[in-house]
Amino acid sequence: MTETIEAKSLTLSYGNSIIINNLDLSIPVGEVTILIGSNGCGKSTLLRSIARLLKPSEGSILLDGKNVFKLTNKQVAKELSILPQSPVAPEGLTVLQLVKQGRYPHQSWHSQWSQEDEEIVMNALISTGVEHLKDKPIEELSGGQRQRAWIAMTLAQNTDIILLDEPTTYLDLTHQIEILDLLYKLNKQQKRTIIMVLHDINLACRYADYIITVRNQTVYKKGKPEDIITKSLVKNVFDLESEIIRDPIFGTPMCIPYGKGRSILKEEAVLNGVASY
Amino acid sequence: MNHFKTIRLLKDRLSFLLDIKAYKKIILLVFLTIAIFIFSASVGDSYINPLNVLQILFGGGNDFDQLVVIDFRLPRIFIAAFAGMALAVAGAILQGMIKNPLASPDIIGISAGGGAAVVAFLAIFSDSNHSLTVSIQWLPVAGFIGATSIGFLVYIFAWKDGITPIRLVLIGIGVSAFMQAMTTMLMLLGPIYKATEANMWITGSVSGANWDQVKMLIPWTILLLLITFFITRHLNVQEFGDDTASSLGHSVQKMRFLLLLLSTALVAGAIAFAGAIGFVGLMAPHIARRLVGSSFGVLIPTAATIGALLVMIADVIGRTAFSPLEVPAGVFTAAIGAPYFIYLLFRNPKK
Repeated sequence: MTETIEAKSLTLSYGNSIIINNLDLSIPVGEVTILIGSNGCGKSTLLRSIARLLKPSEGSILLDGKNVFKLTNKQVAKELSILPQSPVAPEGLTVLQLVKQGRYPHQSWHSQWSQEDEEIVMNALISTGVEHLKDKPIEELSGGQRQRAWIAMTLAQNTDIILLDEPTTYLDLTHQIEILDLLYKLNKQQKRTIIMVLHDINLACRYADYIITVRNQTVYKKGKPEDIITKSLVKNVFDLESEIIRDPIFGTPMCIPYGKGRSILKEEAVLNGVASY
Repeated sequence: MNHFKTIRLLKDRLSFLLDIKAYKKIILLVFLTIAIFIFSASVGDSYINPLNVLQILFGGGNDFDQLVVIDFRLPRIFIAAFAGMALAVAGAILQGMIKNPLASPDIIGISAGGGAAVVAFLAIFSDSNHSLTVSIQWLPVAGFIGATSIGFLVYIFAWKDGITPIRLVLIGIGVSAFMQAMTTMLMLLGPIYKATEANMWITGSVSGANWDQVKMLIPWTILLLLITFFITRHLNVQEFGDDTASSLGHSVQKMRFLLLLLSTALVAGAIAFAGAIGFVGLMAPHIARRLVGSSFGVLIPTAATIGALLVMIADVIGRTAFSPLEVPAGVFTAAIGAPYFIYLLFRNPKK
């Protein structure tokens, strides 16, 4: 089991433009960590780099002190899996065939469906609730079901660390909650380390044990949501004026942005003669 | 697990999940291939009863029939079958690797490279009387070298911190167009009858097949098909795209090179002896996908049998329909394959 996940003087760039500059970062194991930041701040790039999908121009990513780029692909794939943003399955592939692929790093040409493979795949199908869909082609599933099938594939890979790049994109609110609940459950019940990029700051505050905010090519602030999410953080990270209140149900920080829009409070105040337009 | 069967032997050291439904179809296709094989050997200028053909295959029959079947017909049927298999499997590999249903050996320049080399061979080794200065036996060698060297050239041009499928296709189309231009130029500048000969090769024909060629093509193709069969699980992963494949621990670039090498070798072998038969590499994998789905473990053998069937049938039609005129098989692969292909698309209107 992996004990530490670290970035050491990490610099990431696309061509000549630097995305992340000389970053040192340690990510807690066994918890849900969520990366947030404005569009194009480099949070997805950072996540991809942790999953060694992007080679750093300087520095390294270390799992238990070992550079992931020095390990074989297979070795890393047994420790860590990543679900890329909006992945696409080959045409006609069924859910079972998709989830089965998660066993790839554990298999060889002569061992392609061992007892262990079958058990792990079945567990993955069950814990993501797509078992009844296993013989359906992926393209016939709804967005939420599809995403759950993909998560089942990453689960079948049976890694301690699971990375997800915006797993709730294009999903309606119901399915967003469904996916995040599932990931939360996996973390709490199976002690898997979950690291993901999320757009919604309020959902991030609710589900994250640890939040990492990315800004200006580096990590701006990191820590428990209730410790770090403040008005000034939102202003600095997202360039947005807001108020932070406590979520009335969960007690986690909740960001209410300023801006235009109807204000019923104001309308009522006018009616009562307390204020005027 | 309705139509899947699990096989586990030697304490789980050997384990597979077999798609029984697909294997039933493959077995049917193999029988169909054998039937067409025998039928091909029995029709032609003189009709020989299929039962006599069987007798001849097992060493019986009269001398004349033996001569016709063994010396004239069998070589071209074998070449047709194995060239068809090779092209179909190469197409399946490329479609999986490039993740594009339009990918085929024709698109990434391998066939065009072979074509240009053959035409260049005919032009270079002709004397002032327009007769060849070297044996025509060397023509397949030219085709093979042309196809493989263009395959490598495309790979090298497409390399930029690794190969991306889209770059490979674009460079392939560019190189392909250039090679076709060279081919046309050489054909126009050369004597007319050479152009006919070259055109015959470019269309794809098995009329010149002989046993020496069969002895080269069969082991070559079988070896490559075996290798392909052992790496189908990598092909399955390759089709997921770079990110997902790497996440699963797949060495994307290494395998991409191996797959391109395999498909180039398959195509080069096929077109060296059968010419640049078009459409098989594009269509056979599609038909196979409609029949058994997109898992390469079953897709590869299905595509192989369909490729063999297509070229064998095309050759039978080519040499019987307009007898005594002989039309190259390459003309008919598209003619018989396309309607069936369109029918499948209509019947199964998924995407």
